[in-house]
Amino acid sequence: MGILHYLVLSALLFAVGAVGVILKKNVISIFLCIELMLNAVNLSFIAFSRFLNQVNGQIVVFFVMVVAAAEAVVGLAITIALHRARNTLNVDDADIMKW
Amino acid sequence: MIDYLWLIPLLPLAGSALNGLLGKRLSKRAISIIACGSSGAALLVALGAVSSLLQMPAEERHVIRHFFTWIASGDFIAKAEFLLDPLSAVMLLVVTGVGFIIHIYSIGYMHAENGYYRFFSYMNLFLFSMLVLVLADNFLLMFVGWEGVGLCSYLLIGYYFDRRSAGDAGKKAFIVNRIGDVGFVLGMLLVFATFNSLDFDAVFRQIASGTERFPFETGLGILGAIGLLLFIGATGKSAQIPLYVWLPDAMEGPTPVSALIHAATMVTAGVYMTVRCSPIFSRSEVAMDTVAIIGILTALLAATIAVAQTDIKRVLAYSTISQLGYMFVAAGVGACSAAIFHLMTHAFFKALLFLGAGSVIHSMSGEQDMMHMGGLRKSIPITCATMMIAALAISGIPPLAGFFSKDEILWSAWTHGHPIVWLVGFAVAGLTAFYMFRLIFLTFFGSQHFSEEVRHHVHESPFSMTMPLIALAILSVVGGLYGLPALLGVGENGFFKFLEPSLSLAYHPAVAELPHSLEWVFAGASVLIASLGIYLAFSIYVAHPEAAANWGGKARRLHQLLVRKYFVDEFYDAVVIKPTLTGSTELLWKGVDVGIIDGSVNGVGARVYGWARVLKFVQNGLVRSYAAWILLGAILILFYVAMAGH
Repeated sequence: MGILHYLVLSALLFAVGAVGVILKKNVISIFLCIELMLNAVNLSFIAFSRFLNQVNGQIVVFFVMVVAAAEAVVGLAITIALHRARNTLNVDDADIMKW
Repeated sequence: MIDYLWLIPLLPLAGSALNGLLGKRLSKRAISIIACGSSGAALLVALGAVSSLLQMPAEERHVIRHFFTWIASGDFIAKAEFLLDPLSAVMLLVVTGVGFIIHIYSIGYMHAENGYYRFFSYMNLFLFSMLVLVLADNFLLMFVGWEGVGLCSYLLIGYYFDRRSAGDAGKKAFIVNRIGDVGFVLGMLLVFATFNSLDFDAVFRQIASGTERFPFETGLGILGAIGLLLFIGATGKSAQIPLYVWLPDAMEGPTPVSALIHAATMVTAGVYMTVRCSPIFSRSEVAMDTVAIIGILTALLAATIAVAQTDIKRVLAYSTISQLGYMFVAAGVGACSAAIFHLMTHAFFKALLFLGAGSVIHSMSGEQDMMHMGGLRKSIPITCATMMIAALAISGIPPLAGFFSKDEILWSAWTHGHPIVWLVGFAVAGLTAFYMFRLIFLTFFGSQHFSEEVRHHVHESPFSMTMPLIALAILSVVGGLYGLPALLGVGENGFFKFLEPSLSLAYHPAVAELPHSLEWVFAGASVLIASLGIYLAFSIYVAHPEAAANWGGKARRLHQLLVRKYFVDEFYDAVVIKPTLTGSTELLWKGVDVGIIDGSVNGVGARVYGWARVLKFVQNGLVRSYAAWILLGAILILFYVAMAGH
């Protein structure tokens, strides 16, 4: 298995995540899609790290995981706040910040 | 006393500041004491300084006092320095002397006016500016005074600012003078470009020493160009063709103002400047001839207009323009001392005429139309007698002042080889006598043309007004006697001899040596034509009053032409003012300003607004669409980076 296989898998996962962010309306789903995108990137980092024999990629992955955890905390808090305020999880209902 | 030269302009400035700042709280008595006191003190210091000057040997009479360096920028240095030499000494005495007399007169004339302190503050400020003008020893400082007197003239013409005509007249004077000033400034720049200095001394010495650099030119030359530019300034200030139109309108101001500023002193500034710059003018025949021709044409034009005017002050205004024309004739033919001589005597008798006219107007409760006067000689005898003296003086009847000075000008015109100028000047002398005595006869003789009510009020003016009249009358009688020895052939004109050192750097062309007896013939002819003018006026306006109406009827066209002042105002209105107004309104305002400038600024705003109206829909509040845009952007950037790599 060469690096290409890993990278293609990573790109596919990323694309699935990106499309999900755009198409899904449920906040939680969007949230999961974002996580998917982050982990797709992590996969390519790990793959590069392994094939180039360098540890840097793995360190970055740890950072990404920490950031993702923090992001999950803030994101879920916003989701709960949104649900309390508007009684919905549909992002298209939260659109008053516009012209 | 020469060391106190700085006091002479500063005293009136202090008086002006005091009256201007505190005048509202002061009594009229205190205001007049401050104003007359400061001008009187200036006169005393001036007398002291001039007497010190007289004690010096003639060739040393050139005193410069340095006060401070005003501007120093690289090569360019302008100093605040005063120059006292015979020429500025004469002007100094005329300005402070006549100025003081008129200040005294104003106490009586203005006593019932509002803004008493304002009047005296402006008058003192005028004296300050005029003294700076005559004492300045460089072009720039002279220009300060030049502009200062222009400002005071504007302020005083518009003294009755609640009258629209007065405000308009003030603006007219100011704007017309600015047109002249453009010439003055350009002349000044050319002087600096040529000589790298603006000091009179430095400039004139360069001219006089470098004969190969600055030869006498029959054509224009650089000096001629400077002269003509400066002369444009002089035509504005001294009311010559084509910029004389402001002076008659300036009569809207109070009469003492007309006497001091628009007859005796300020309007002679152009003559003074021309004479001061005679080293420049005299080296270009074109410049000299221009000055002489403009002078004589103005003299003729104004004298003919004066014949048909009925407003007493307007007659005098045109008379002033005409006499200033004489002075420029003298300066233009190369007889600068004659110009200054006439300037001095004219200051005496024209101030007297104006003050007399003011006294008449005062006694007639404000009436200025001579057609509504008549027969006043019994009721206001002092005014009548002094005005008669002034009229005789201006007409050139010996031995009064005007005879000597005017005769000197005509004689110089002949001897310097300008016979046509002499001929016109000779005719104008007759006209002068005619219109002057027309004024005298219409005002003081004949039957009374005013209502019973006015008749009841007619009274001689108070002492503070008649005293200046008498003082000026004495000066008008004796002021010209300097010329007597020369005429009799027993000596030379002491006044000319006094002025000589100031004019030594000018180029003096050869003068025709003519027998002295010929001078007698010329003098006799002048007296004859003046007497003829007086006789004509007498026979028309006193002996046959109905004849005047007949004349008006017979030569209706000509009469209308003169009454309407050759339609010059209408001409300027049509050629200069209307096109300027229309051009400003239609092209500059509605076209350039509204269309281009406002248009571009508002246009930018409108375009931004228009695009924003379309683009704002991008901000739709839907998080998912923002995410899509981000993704699209990221893809584009990636795409670009990937392409750039190849």
